[in-house]
Amino acid sequence: MTTQDMIVPAFDDDVETGRTLAIICSKGNLDMAYPGLILGNAALGEGVDVHLFFTFWGFDMITKGRMENLKFSPVGNTAAHMPMALTPMPGVTKMATHMMQKSLEELQIPPVPEFLDLIKASGGHLWACRLSADMNHLSKDDLYDGIDDIINASDFIEKTNGAQLLFI
Amino acid sequence: MPMTMIAGHEVSVDDEGFMTRYDEWDETTGAALAAAIGIEMTDEHWDAIRFMRSDYQAQGATPTIRRLSTVGGMDTKRLFTLFPKKPAKKMAYIAGLPKPAGCV
Repeated sequence: MTTQDMIVPAFDDDVETGRTLAIICSKGNLDMAYPGLILGNAALGEGVDVHLFFTFWGFDMITKGRMENLKFSPVGNTAAHMPMALTPMPGVTKMATHMMQKSLEELQIPPVPEFLDLIKASGGHLWACRLSADMNHLSKDDLYDGIDDIINASDFIEKTNGAQLLFI
Repeated sequence: MPMTMIAGHEVSVDDEGFMTRYDEWDETTGAALAAAIGIEMTDEHWDAIRFMRSDYQAQGATPTIRRLSTVGGMDTKRLFTLFPKKPAKKMAYIAGLPKPAGCV
């Protein structure tokens, strides 16, 4: 074995790529809340500028009264691998939600509000959709404290000029 | 596995330059690794690196940013200031540990 010169990883510090990731979170189910949060957080850890836009059902992810109680339902979801006739039975959604929360906790994945704290502390931007706020008669006081602002779709498009975009 | 000289010690590293043997690291080595990526170490930097090292030894895995906050009591925002842009990877590099494997 020969000794070679010190290898220094390229952390891309000198590259001013200005990479930006825009993630539109439009779903309020527990299972559909996580992809945006996980990818957004991962991107922040890679030095990427991240903007999340919460709209329609995704508004539940940032609504104080709902964000802690997102649910996972196996109804109509063949990937739950349950007989479909059983999925609408009383208690099934509650049980499935509990199981998913437990699996996430075991893997040290934080609950939604704490995940938003992490994203915020890592420099992520959180935007609430104006139309969704109006439809639900909600104001900024009803939303997670770390929300940057309630903005309309045009504002979001403007803020994420040149970004890579994910619609979830 | 390449061998390289860091701060006068011959150490094993992976293809990206991350050290691969826990016991080959000492703080002189850590300071040299930090200097190589343009980070000047302060007591605050060392607190984070020492926590990473001890947590790795106890858990067998490089802690993630979340773990540094929930278990190590470190402020996430501050870590992004101390180790700009890619704190988890930079800390792992300086601490002579593998890159964190966890997603969160």
